[in-house]
Amino acid sequence: MSRLVPLVVLLLLAAGVLAVAPFVGQERIPVSALWDRNGGTNSLILWQLRLPRVAIAFLAGASLAVGGMTFQAVFRNPLATPFTLGVASGASLGAAIYIHLKLSLVLLGIPGISVFAFLGAAAAILVVYGLARLKRGFSSATMLLAGVAVSFFFSSLILLLQYLGDFTQAYRILRWVMGGLDLGLGFGDAVGMLPLILAGTLIVVYHTHELNLLSIGEELAASRGVEVQRTKAAIFFAASLLVGAVVAVCGPIGFVGLMAPHICRLVVGADHRILAPATWLFGGAFLTTCDTAARTMLAPVELPVGILTAMLGGPFFLYLLLTRSVDEE
Amino acid sequence: MASANDPPILELTDLRVSLGGKAILCGISCAVRKGEYLSIVGPNGSGKTTLLKCLVRLRPPSEGSIRLGGRPLAEYSQKALARWMGYVPQVEGRMAPFTVEQFVLLGRYPYLSPFSTLSHDDRQAVGEAMAVTDTVAFRERRMDTLSGGERQRVLVAAALAQGADVLLLDEPTTFLDYRHREELRQLLARLNTEAGTTIVVVTHDAAAAALESDRILALCEGRVAFVGSPIEFMKAAVLRETYAADLLLVPHPQTGLPVIVPHALSARGS
Repeated sequence: MSRLVPLVVLLLLAAGVLAVAPFVGQERIPVSALWDRNGGTNSLILWQLRLPRVAIAFLAGASLAVGGMTFQAVFRNPLATPFTLGVASGASLGAAIYIHLKLSLVLLGIPGISVFAFLGAAAAILVVYGLARLKRGFSSATMLLAGVAVSFFFSSLILLLQYLGDFTQAYRILRWVMGGLDLGLGFGDAVGMLPLILAGTLIVVYHTHELNLLSIGEELAASRGVEVQRTKAAIFFAASLLVGAVVAVCGPIGFVGLMAPHICRLVVGADHRILAPATWLFGGAFLTTCDTAARTMLAPVELPVGILTAMLGGPFFLYLLLTRSVDEE
Repeated sequence: MASANDPPILELTDLRVSLGGKAILCGISCAVRKGEYLSIVGPNGSGKTTLLKCLVRLRPPSEGSIRLGGRPLAEYSQKALARWMGYVPQVEGRMAPFTVEQFVLLGRYPYLSPFSTLSHDDRQAVGEAMAVTDTVAFRERRMDTLSGGERQRVLVAAALAQGADVLLLDEPTTFLDYRHREELRQLLARLNTEAGTTIVVVTHDAAAAALESDRILALCEGRVAFVGSPIEFMKAAVLRETYAADLLLVPHPQTGLPVIVPHALSARGS
């Protein structure tokens, strides 16, 4: 099956990135630190900092990429991503509210902040989708304007929370809204992300046939037997889980959901049965690589990875916008 | 060709569709027989496309009922409906970068479960649909690289792959050049006579519709202006009633049935 070749290559690529990334950084860590359990510095760095961080980077990248892929299928627009649609802002607002209220909840093993971020993401999707629906179409202009409007609105609410909050809260929210994987994250955070990410990913995988059909248009999908409303609800729910889980832990990290699915689509084509795993692997490997670069490029200074992805993603976004606008109308 | 004795496969009773208090369709009653070729014609904005969308349940009627194979349309699951009816919408803008074969395979969705791969039956249905529509030659090409005529044939192939008994098409020939238009007309006629597929076409081309259909349903301002045979439809009085225009009719050189030709323009001095 020649169609599986790119998938195997991506799998090897992702495995390679995961194998190398923990050992690269400000301090080069020898592989032997893996089994040095005597508490040497190297072992400590590896087990306490690097491995959890790489795990979180991979999960976050994979989830954001798959989230972007689902938006692109449902909105039938390559510019639809968690970031451009304001969904990341919604999730951020949810998390900021959680921080502001000084809550400390755990629901069924899921950190409360993730639940709040999920609710924020879901609210943003509903608003953007509703707005785009009102205009009866998902042209780039309508969708992006709706996304920008939603982003502004949620961002202003986040600012309001910062203004109302005390100094510590305001700083916590600010630092976290910048996005990044350098927030002193540990394995606990990775484990906390897992249930939502697992649930979201499974729902997406369950709907790969439907994603294919939605990406050719809602009416065609319905006439081919897809229950469009139910399917979209399920997919939006899954995307909210994915984006919420990531944003709650890492803050908003932009453009992974734009670049990864697009590049994968060029390589493996539009069939979501192949595209979904490809996007998952590529998104994970991509963000892990970016994060490794972000913590080594200007060492000893560590850049928030969101800055790096935005520097790559901004031009990429413009390129898509300019080349796509020609064949749209 | 269907005879009057065949049972109705689609029955519309007193259908009404309103949007914001304004009636788009009103009092539509009609029965489509199994194996029939029915053309829905009428001026712009007469509700043709809306009617077609009601028939494939993309749009709920405000009042009235639609029955498919004797059962109310609402009783069918979405997948069961797709196994009965294939829908070919007007060609939309951008196409997702599926290959032609992948696109036709999407027509097999009503037979798939979430993680299933394609069965022998699926492959066979797709192969047949592509052979009939003459699309095998460009199976590996991407949808967004096809010409209008090729794309229309692929859309028909995908609807056929659904294994549907009824094919509903929305202006399938409107944007095609002469050659592709003729090819598509031949294809639909073949499907109707050879495979016994029931065909419902919305079209602007009343003259062509008269040549290819068993019956014609003409809409005017959301109401049925005429239902009947093409011979009865192609009369100056009926056409004037439907289109509010005096149309020039000449006998078709092959069939003798009247066809519409454009008026000569006095300003051109001809």
